[in-house]
Amino acid sequence: MSIDLSQFFEVFFEESFEGLDAMEAELLNLVPGEEDLETINTIFRAAHSIKGGSGTFGFSAVADFTHVLETLLDQIREGSRDLTAEHVNLLLKSVDCLRALLRTLQAEQQPDLTEADELRIKFEEILGMRAASKETEQAPEAVSESSFNTYQIDFKPHHHLFKTGNEPLYMISELAELGELETQAFQDDVPDITNLAPEDCFLSWRFFLTTDKEQSCIEEIFEWVEDDADITITLCGGLFGDEEITAAETVTEDVAPAQEVEPAAVKPATDPKKPAPVKATTANAESTSIRVGIDKVDSLINMVGELVITQAMLSQLGEQEITEATIASLQEGLAQLAHNTRDLQENVMRIRMLPISFVFSRFPRLVRDISQKLDKQVELKLLGEQTELDKTVMEKLSDPMVHLVRNSLDHGLETVDKRVAAGKDPVGTVTLNAFHQGGNIVIEIMDDGQGLNTTKIREKAIKNGLISETDELSDNEINELIFLPGFSTADQVSDLSGRGVGMDVVRRNIEALSGSVEVASAPGVGSTFTIRLPLTLAILDGQLVRIAEHTYIIPLISIIESLQIDISKVSRVGKDLDVLRLRDEYIPILRLYNIFNHKGAIETLDKTLLVVVESDNQKVGLLVDDLLSQQQVVIKSLEANYQKVDGVSGATILGDGRVSLIVDISGLIKLSGLRKPGSQELIIESKANLEAS
Amino acid sequence: MIAQHDDLHNKLNLEQDQDVKQFLTFFMAEEEYGVDILTVQEIRSWEEITVIPNSPDFVKGVINLRGTIVPIIDLRLRFGISAIEYGPLTVVIVLKVQLENTCKIMGIAVDAVSDVYSIAEHEAKAVPHLSDSDNAQFVAGLVNVGEKMVALLDLQKTMDI
Amino acid sequence: MKRILAVDDSASMRQMVGFTLKKAGFDVTEAKDGSEALNIAKQQGFDAVISDVNMPVMDGITLIRELRSLPNYKFTPLLMLTTESGLDKKSEGKAAGATGWIVKPFNPEQLLAVLKKVIR
Repeated sequence: MSIDLSQFFEVFFEESFEGLDAMEAELLNLVPGEEDLETINTIFRAAHSIKGGSGTFGFSAVADFTHVLETLLDQIREGSRDLTAEHVNLLLKSVDCLRALLRTLQAEQQPDLTEADELRIKFEEILGMRAASKETEQAPEAVSESSFNTYQIDFKPHHHLFKTGNEPLYMISELAELGELETQAFQDDVPDITNLAPEDCFLSWRFFLTTDKEQSCIEEIFEWVEDDADITITLCGGLFGDEEITAAETVTEDVAPAQEVEPAAVKPATDPKKPAPVKATTANAESTSIRVGIDKVDSLINMVGELVITQAMLSQLGEQEITEATIASLQEGLAQLAHNTRDLQENVMRIRMLPISFVFSRFPRLVRDISQKLDKQVELKLLGEQTELDKTVMEKLSDPMVHLVRNSLDHGLETVDKRVAAGKDPVGTVTLNAFHQGGNIVIEIMDDGQGLNTTKIREKAIKNGLISETDELSDNEINELIFLPGFSTADQVSDLSGRGVGMDVVRRNIEALSGSVEVASAPGVGSTFTIRLPLTLAILDGQLVRIAEHTYIIPLISIIESLQIDISKVSRVGKDLDVLRLRDEYIPILRLYNIFNHKGAIETLDKTLLVVVESDNQKVGLLVDDLLSQQQVVIKSLEANYQKVDGVSGATILGDGRVSLIVDISGLIKLSGLRKPGSQELIIESKANLEAS
Repeated sequence: MIAQHDDLHNKLNLEQDQDVKQFLTFFMAEEEYGVDILTVQEIRSWEEITVIPNSPDFVKGVINLRGTIVPIIDLRLRFGISAIEYGPLTVVIVLKVQLENTCKIMGIAVDAVSDVYSIAEHEAKAVPHLSDSDNAQFVAGLVNVGEKMVALLDLQKTMDI
Repeated sequence: MKRILAVDDSASMRQMVGFTLKKAGFDVTEAKDGSEALNIAKQQGFDAVISDVNMPVMDGITLIRELRSLPNYKFTPLLMLTTESGLDKKSEGKAAGATGWIVKPFNPEQLLAVLKKVIR
């Protein structure tokens, strides 16, 4: 029987990467001298599984390398070696190295073993097994070169043999397969029927086996029962004459290098050089598949079951004559159908949802490495790791987050000296916090560092021509400037953050996911970057609004509040801009019917409603005739058959089959002429005017 | 004349080896127009439509065609002919238009559907070059069907909005 | 059809062992750790159990000890999958009641060959 092992490769790679992630996470938790046994065990198990799998599937380079790791971990686990910081560093490097090796193998390429070999030498030095290791592998296996030998085998099982689960009958069959077998059974020890213990073994045997196989093959058959039987194997008339070897001598495993007699030494069947016929392609092999928890699949199956029942009920109704009674049950059935469909939709969407720990998990390592490089002391806190979000969103979230965290470590947190001088804990804290809010996921990146330097940012912005010297900006407005294109942090570019990628790119990437990012900062206390993202890109929570006879959808994520306008708080700025004073803010009122050129809408402010929305940290009020329902809508493209429409991000189909357009707030603000693209000017100007008047 | 004919040939997008093609014709302001029937996806009656803000007047809006968002062009307005009230005969012809590098599904609203004719390509004549008509650009060629004249639409041009 | 319970925390190993045994005509049930295996084994009968040693929740040695103490598994072949570096595990396993061991790495053919010693 031949089995193509390559069919298991993908699973092996996937679980190995997971294992490496787990190893990395646990290693980062380790404090030498205070290690907890379960942590070591987890790390050991991960290494052990990778080794076992790679050996089995023919990735010997990985298996060999993992072997030294496993040996070291085993010694630490058994308490025969103390864990040192050097071990942890070396193990972390090995995790990287293994990850790279496995990626290469996954891509069906020949791995570069230079680094692995270097690391292995280091491990072998620690283990004191340098030099010795190669020789054991080379230990000669052949005992004799002769063709056929006859062995006399005496096999006297102890009474308890059956209770080990072994079966002499099968062993004898195995022996018979090795060659010519003569069997003698001895029943002398079988007690009389009254004393016969039916669960015990009282038989013994003598075999004469003529075979071309080596003695080790015979020993192998009895390997499992050597402690549960008296076994003597004698070579009759071979090259060495009547040499008698007792099993007890030959198979003393604790002394002899046991590899020789075990099938382990046999090379795995697959040829490691032959590229594995794995279908998935190289780099994006990971992102094309998704691992879904059984519970999610089970609940889907349940729901489909319910759906089928509802459908059966409805079709039965359809066959009946329509009466008052059937209409009632029909309505009931349809309500049930709506319920089923909604549940099903929610659960199908859940399949794409993964806990954010997939992104968070890379940060302990990142923070550790960077803080070492910067010589800062940093504690990373992860909160809300189980918060789920769409896999696609997650993949695109990683880079912006890395940028923000690096930024916090590099620019936000102070050095130990500075922190002590400022009376702060010498250990800085970076906190990643994720939670759901409405239909969104919110991710906060907080540090307790020095906060943004508004003076410096202001100078920079003036120098780069983003603002003029006379502009009066609040601290928040100044902080916002870092997100503008053209605000280069050139003179602060360090090895870590900066390097050409500015905050504008971070913001652009997040906005491309229909999300937002903002910063809050207090000098000396720290800064917080807040990323808000929809849970998925395919569905949006929308507020339906009416303008004249048109229905539009405003993304709920952008809505801050909806209110009736108090006209006494409205002032006119410039020619045609109305501004509402709302608490201590001035909200420009955008007349949607004007921007969209719709006739027939209510134009008097006191008869309409104002939906206050926020985008790019700019609040505006949208004038609408009426607020309709809120609902989840599936986003459809307008561009597929038409073209991009300013102020509209897409379309959707409402329950009645009509198309409704989704308002793009940031596009709308541009369209209104309220703000020039990439500039704060107009808004600030109008505000200054207001305050002056 | 030969060059002109070639040009016409391309405009009609006719296959070299396939002389006769079927054209769906429709009326608009008493004139009869034709489109290659292979581009026609379906014919629908006029239905409620969602207006697209700030779009050209001939773009009436978008409809939901079994989950796809499809824009509808009012051909009268596109041709600069005065609009009429949509009536029971008003139809939307949904077409699959091959544009430069994409294929778009769009609808045209016309006064009424007329007939399907088989027209041999060599019967098509070039549009007389009249400087006073902008609409000549939307017409690929003219053919006589019996006593009537049918203008074959150049869809790429008509739908390039 | 003989029934085998295959226990391993590694999905790829579990799949490989499961697939190999199924192809060889066994009815295979898979479990991902000792505790899950023990629960399954208590509810159903098996003609043999093949278990990894290092597993979370409940390791293979404990599983074997627990199984061997059950009346239904008094004579059942209980095999452990171990690595060459786990020599002392073998004696520990034997003491716990293991029938024998299969040394990792192994290929499907080796697995079936070894298995013939206890189940046919």
